[in-house]
Amino acid sequence: MSRTADLVIVGAGPAGMAAAVTARRHQLDVLVVDEQAAPGGQIWRDVEAVSCKPQAAFLGNAYHEGLAAVGRFRASGATYEPNTKVWQVEAGPRAFLTRDGAASSVKARSMLLATGAQERPVPFPGWTLPGVMTVGAAQIMLKTSGQVPVEPVWIAANGPLALLYAAQLLKMGGRIAGFLDTTPAIDVSATIPKLAAAAFAAPGDLLKGLGWIVNLRRHVPYIRHVARIEAFGTDRLERFRYETASGVAATVDAHLLLVHEGVVPSIHPTLSLGCVHNWLGGQDCFAPALDAWGETSEAGIFVAGDGGGIGGAAVASLRGEIAGLRIAARAGRISAVEAQAAAQPIRSRLKRALTARSFLDAFYRPRASIFVPADETIACRCEEVSVASIRAQAAIGRPGPNQIKASTRAGMGPCQGRQCSYTIASVLADAEGRQVPDIGLYRVRPPLKPLTLDELASLDDVGCPT
Amino acid sequence: MPDVSEAAIDTIVIGGGLHGLSASLHLARAGRRVVVLERSWVGRHASSSSAAGVRTLNRDLAELPISLESQDMWHNIEAIVGSDCGFRAYGQVNVAEHPKHVAVLEKRLALTRAAGYTHEELIDRAELTRLIPAISSHCVAALIVRTDGAADPHLTLRAFRRSAESAGVTIHEGYGVTAIERVGSDWQVHADGRSFVAPTVVNAAGAWAGDIAAMLGDDIPLGHKASMMIVTERIAPLLKPVVSVVGRPLSFKQSDQGTLVIGGGLQGSADIQAQKSFVDFSELAKGARAATDLFPSVGPLRIVRTWAGMEGKTDDHLPVVGPSPTASGVYHAFGFSGHGFQLVPVVGAILADLIVHGGTNRCIEALSADRLMARRPAA
Repeated sequence: MSRTADLVIVGAGPAGMAAAVTARRHQLDVLVVDEQAAPGGQIWRDVEAVSCKPQAAFLGNAYHEGLAAVGRFRASGATYEPNTKVWQVEAGPRAFLTRDGAASSVKARSMLLATGAQERPVPFPGWTLPGVMTVGAAQIMLKTSGQVPVEPVWIAANGPLALLYAAQLLKMGGRIAGFLDTTPAIDVSATIPKLAAAAFAAPGDLLKGLGWIVNLRRHVPYIRHVARIEAFGTDRLERFRYETASGVAATVDAHLLLVHEGVVPSIHPTLSLGCVHNWLGGQDCFAPALDAWGETSEAGIFVAGDGGGIGGAAVASLRGEIAGLRIAARAGRISAVEAQAAAQPIRSRLKRALTARSFLDAFYRPRASIFVPADETIACRCEEVSVASIRAQAAIGRPGPNQIKASTRAGMGPCQGRQCSYTIASVLADAEGRQVPDIGLYRVRPPLKPLTLDELASLDDVGCPT
Repeated sequence: MPDVSEAAIDTIVIGGGLHGLSASLHLARAGRRVVVLERSWVGRHASSSSAAGVRTLNRDLAELPISLESQDMWHNIEAIVGSDCGFRAYGQVNVAEHPKHVAVLEKRLALTRAAGYTHEELIDRAELTRLIPAISSHCVAALIVRTDGAADPHLTLRAFRRSAESAGVTIHEGYGVTAIERVGSDWQVHADGRSFVAPTVVNAAGAWAGDIAAMLGDDIPLGHKASMMIVTERIAPLLKPVVSVVGRPLSFKQSDQGTLVIGGGLQGSADIQAQKSFVDFSELAKGARAATDLFPSVGPLRIVRTWAGMEGKTDDHLPVVGPSPTASGVYHAFGFSGHGFQLVPVVGAILADLIVHGGTNRCIEALSADRLMARRPAA
């Protein structure tokens, strides 16, 4: 089956929903597809259902803002298809999907990729042991099913998401054995102007963050500047060792260690489209090059939200609206001048919403060893390839990531390199005396999401419009 | 200006794919000083995108003599390149799903038997099921070469590269050839700001070999293929032989890692000049249908990646192997049309014969460039 739409939106988080609402306001035929069962994205995951459950009381006001956004989206008249995987996007634009085990394609005049962010992988020796998991995964369990770990958990993390999770966990009666703050000591003088700007632009957010930290330090052991972590265990995590930048070290027994080092844009879709990408030095990641409307280097293909650079929910919504205006103009529903005028006030709000970001980026920059971990660390967890074996290959010629993939199988597993591509690039850069942006990432090979043979066999595109 | 340090080259091999590496290896072992010029990196295109089938089954009779010799070399590959290249001789099987397709197999068998070959064998359903218990019971018979099989393309590349370098071959990666000119009786090859001079040149430039041939003065029509492949997640051992099927696009095997590797020549698309290829999922769905029809149990398996590899294709699907009809000192090895992997060991040996001894006893008459150039309509 093949269909058409004026606009196909991939992802029903803040950016995707806002773009859908805007495009619908201008009478576009909009199809929104999303992997989850309900709208909201990661930040407002399952917000409609959760709002009537006990854990809603502990998830904070920001979560409830999501309920209003989802309400506007539900009322917009966009066709919404949950539980749908997008496994291929092509210039055209065209998206290939599976829903209920059947594959189909959609041809659209414009496509908006609002696929958000993924947690930055945190490789250290022992990080692949069962019992080591990410804060993001733990938070999903907390949000959707109110699951609180039975035993006290250890958290080794850097960034606002981990602080938020810790605050939510404590409110819900969970216990934290210790919070290892991996935020490196920073150059204060360089950060103060950014801090001042952030405080001026978003005093509420900043106070909220400080409140979390103060509360956390009052209730749980809080160790700052943790620089090294090593996890041990035979079949699962049994204990781990940490060491601070000043050399204070300890080994503790643990069954659950939650780690987090911020999030990075999900760029597999734009990489596979061959879009131009830029290196965002401040966020240590690549992001697709976007114009002022969020359009990529591929005509008609837009990105809004964290997939275009980390900005959070408010920024994502505004960028979704801006993209929606340009997409309406492309469809001839409004003029370029009208789009520009309508975007003006949104751009002002966007500028304000972004002010705090450079402070957060500078303050929460991950420690260097996250990028170039110790030799014994597993770099590619799917194929169990160590950093040492990447280094051994790097010594032969000056291989790029694709040659490393061929020679070591790193990146060939089911995660499609999402867990190891930055590690490989950083290790190669380190070994070859080059910079990560010059090394680049693996070439992305479709499908973007695992697709079964039965599902592909069901794809019947005969007579599809081109 | 030619590099002084490179002044003493005997042969410049253009193209660092498996055929370029094999030619350079055989030449170096015959005492020749060889430089390989590779535009990107060793094995960048067809060589690493290959299904790595080691197949004599159903080969065109014109290339069967050298294919059979190459097969002997594969069975001895460790002695040649110091690695087994992941070669497993579990057989190649061409399956008939319908009784009417058995006639196709019988006709093929009669053809090879009439030409004096005995390597192919017709097997019934019982033997097919014994060899491949997982195959769907609707399959009625098959043609098999029990000594065929498949290798690992990456291990093969690594082994040929290491052997070539050990034999003294210099490989320059990142050197794309921009121009070639005649200097006296030598060839001067310009590549990314450097130039290399040698009396003999091997053109093993794969999908781009037509451009290189033109630089050398040969106008040889060359098309291209963009054959697609599917790799699934790893599963427990399912089958050993490589399976293809009459009348449908399928090549189906399980790798040593446990992944299923599914190809069969389904075509994606390619922008050869931009070195970009694209998977066509509507087309690839046919391969998934063929795979799940023959092996119903694999339907729920996840596809981990797909790709389309770029490769040169001739009008008659036979390669060009031999000296240039017009330019002295020039030797071609390209246009393998999607089935060149198995021929890698022998074609390198043939080129060494031609360059070192001025001729070969191996049967390559049908593979000359003349046959294709003659077909080019007069301008």
